[in-house]
Amino acid sequence: MNTSTTQAHLKAVPENYTAAPGVDKLPALINIENFSLSYDKQPVLESLSLPVYKNHINTLIGPSGCGKSSLLNSIIRLTDYHDNAKLEGSINIEGKNILETSTDLLSLRQNIGMVFQKPMPFPMSIRKNFELPLKEQGVKKRDELDSKIETALKDVGLWDEVSSRLDKSAVQLSGGQQQRLCIARALALQPKALLMDEPCSALDPIATKTIEELILKLKGKYTILIVTHNLSQAKRIADYVAFMWYHQGRGKMIEHNHADVIFNNPSNPTTLAYVQGLTE
Amino acid sequence: MSLLTRRKQRDQLLHLTLKLSALVSIISLFAIILFLLVESWPMIESTAISQYFFAESWHPTNGEFLLLPMIVGSLLIMAGAMLLSIPIGIFTAILWQFYAPRWFSTLLERMVEVLSGIPSVVYGFWGIVVIVPLLAVYQAPGTSLLAGIIVLTLIVLPTITLVANSTFQQIDKHYIQNAIALGLSRFTIIRHVIFPQAKRGLLTGVILQAGRAIGETLAVLMVCGNVVQLPGSIFEPVRTLTSNIALEMAYAMDMHRSALFLSGLMLMLVVLSLVLISEKLKQQGNNL
Amino acid sequence: MIHLPSDHSLADRLLKFTSWFCGLLLFTFFIYLFFDIASRGFSHISFEFLTDPPISAGRAGGIAPMLVSTLLLLALCLLISLPIGIASAIYLAEYTNEQQWFARIIQTNLNVIAGVPSIVMGLFGYAFFVVALGLGFSIIAGSLTLACMILPLLIRNIENSLRNIPNEYRINATALGLSKFRTIFQILLPMAARGILLAVILSIGRAMAETAALLYTSGYVTRMPESILDSGRSLSVHIFDLSMNVPGGEQNAYSSAFTLIVMLLIINLITLGLSRTIHKRSV
Repeated sequence: MNTSTTQAHLKAVPENYTAAPGVDKLPALINIENFSLSYDKQPVLESLSLPVYKNHINTLIGPSGCGKSSLLNSIIRLTDYHDNAKLEGSINIEGKNILETSTDLLSLRQNIGMVFQKPMPFPMSIRKNFELPLKEQGVKKRDELDSKIETALKDVGLWDEVSSRLDKSAVQLSGGQQQRLCIARALALQPKALLMDEPCSALDPIATKTIEELILKLKGKYTILIVTHNLSQAKRIADYVAFMWYHQGRGKMIEHNHADVIFNNPSNPTTLAYVQGLTE
Repeated sequence: MSLLTRRKQRDQLLHLTLKLSALVSIISLFAIILFLLVESWPMIESTAISQYFFAESWHPTNGEFLLLPMIVGSLLIMAGAMLLSIPIGIFTAILWQFYAPRWFSTLLERMVEVLSGIPSVVYGFWGIVVIVPLLAVYQAPGTSLLAGIIVLTLIVLPTITLVANSTFQQIDKHYIQNAIALGLSRFTIIRHVIFPQAKRGLLTGVILQAGRAIGETLAVLMVCGNVVQLPGSIFEPVRTLTSNIALEMAYAMDMHRSALFLSGLMLMLVVLSLVLISEKLKQQGNNL
Repeated sequence: MIHLPSDHSLADRLLKFTSWFCGLLLFTFFIYLFFDIASRGFSHISFEFLTDPPISAGRAGGIAPMLVSTLLLLALCLLISLPIGIASAIYLAEYTNEQQWFARIIQTNLNVIAGVPSIVMGLFGYAFFVVALGLGFSIIAGSLTLACMILPLLIRNIENSLRNIPNEYRINATALGLSKFRTIFQILLPMAARGILLAVILSIGRAMAETAALLYTSGYVTRMPESILDSGRSLSVHIFDLSMNVPGGEQNAYSSAFTLIVMLLIINLITLGLSRTIHKRSV
């Protein structure tokens, strides 16, 4: 496909297109319905709907700046840090709309873990990095703490590498190790879902490969929603793909389907152009 | 009580406690102004402002409250000290940044840092034992406006130098690199690239130090001679507003005391304006 | 030093000359000051000097009561101002945004208090603590006044240390479901520890140098204070008295000044050492 056609397709977003309805009858752990977000009166996301299927790897792709990270932040209400964030619609997690003010935010975040682009282990020992959130959750006994830490580290494949240095600073680990640590730290709370915001962008290719293998391993045990701008990565690990694009400065959901469908036979021309034009 | 509620309550309690602490700072300023006002009130009520400038003399027991000589004294000392310390401070900072070898600059910088921490009373003391006698040799009595200016300069000079130095350091190195690449020479760069950028930070620092200079009490008290008069030359003794308060509070009563409080209030207002001006300048700098 | 190319013009040479002149002027004056105080002050220092009470208005004898008063004033002042200072700084850094009007008012407030001349603060201290609260001339009145003076400095520096911590830590902590309480006390404050320590030291230095504010609050007597309700004379006030009101008090004034400066230097060095250890441990 030549570039000018690609550009033309990329520009032609139909006005009132809405996403295809949920493709399978799979249970959705998180159900985002008609969600809109604006910061300081500037709209960021418009009427977004997205089911996040349980125990599968759901990916969110789209150009940078179209609000993918904002969507993730909204799910665990990190948006509350903005003085003028306005959230409309509903984000249902196991039936409850977490946008309501009565939601207990601390529990919400213990139920839905999040990992960020830049791994930020706290500047303290590896053990302490885990103990802080675990103690917040109410885990007090020493043996319980130790076993949860061990399980989490084993889940991410870090146990062998760090079990002998749990009391040394976490900051001394390599980039890939730090990110796996952050994932383990989130998993130690035994969340129902794990949100990942471009977890490999700051890592080298080998570390990226390790994390991708880890994510594939976690499927089935955890519900995962991962934002990535790396289409090859999406192709490698996704079960379901949601494609976002921006329209008049706001992010909109364009298409949502099985990974196979999106990458090989998408319904929307923009999706097609994006997926093909950028992976050539 | 569930873990949830306990956590929430703890966070709420924390928020409240912290907010109250922060309010203490506001309350204290109000308290200060309030008490000064209360104590000054008798004076404010009874005497017209013109008294301060046109009365016969400063004879509180006779009901005369000519503050003019003290005001002039404060202003002259501050002006003199600023006139001396600003250029010396700036030129020294220029020396550190652009002309001196690194080892010397670092040595001098450490020294000045220590100096800025020395209590002003020590400078005052040194003024009495060294500077005043030196001046007295030239022109008696030695305790004079000039002595006050010199001591005050010693007090503010370190801080001004440090402020000037850090202002120079904070200038974006890219400007300088570009200037060098364009073939500009040292003096031109200092004058036309560095100095304009440093002006704002320097001004803010200088204003704050001026406030400090006006407020300096004991050091100037020790070397100024404390005679209530408009000085005819810089070798004559003077008295500042601050020294006035310190000297007479010990035995002042009723209206006299009230007058002293009032002069303190006036000083506060002067400092308040200086602070507001420097904040305004900083704001403008941020908006650029 | 920034290496700038010289063109050897007259202006450049003139600037060079003036700068060196000023720098050397500064240098000489202060070397003179240092050596004068050090030599004349040190000669008279002895164990007795530090532990004996003053005799005949301080001309002879030692400075023990003054040392005790100074340390008491310092300790009490810190006891009062540290909790409030840290709490206020945490509030400003973690609960407000620099643009909010509330934060700006507090900031301006603090800047104004910081600018209040020490004698005026002494007046306030006298009117409020000594008279209104009925504490009389006492160490506690002096400490409270000192606390008012150093509070702005303390708050500003601690707040800066906290604000310098990258926001990502806070976001990660929130995403892990950590309460604000835990985030502040177990993550942020430890990270700011070094800055906090430095702020404390700066404040101690400022407090020890304070003289005018203590004249009419903590008292003038030279005897050893027996409680914090007793009046006591700080070292700085002693230097003042010796040089102004006590003929022949010069020598002891020199030694007192020397002691004061040495105390300040020791505190500075301790902090530098401590801050380096903290830095090593956290990395």
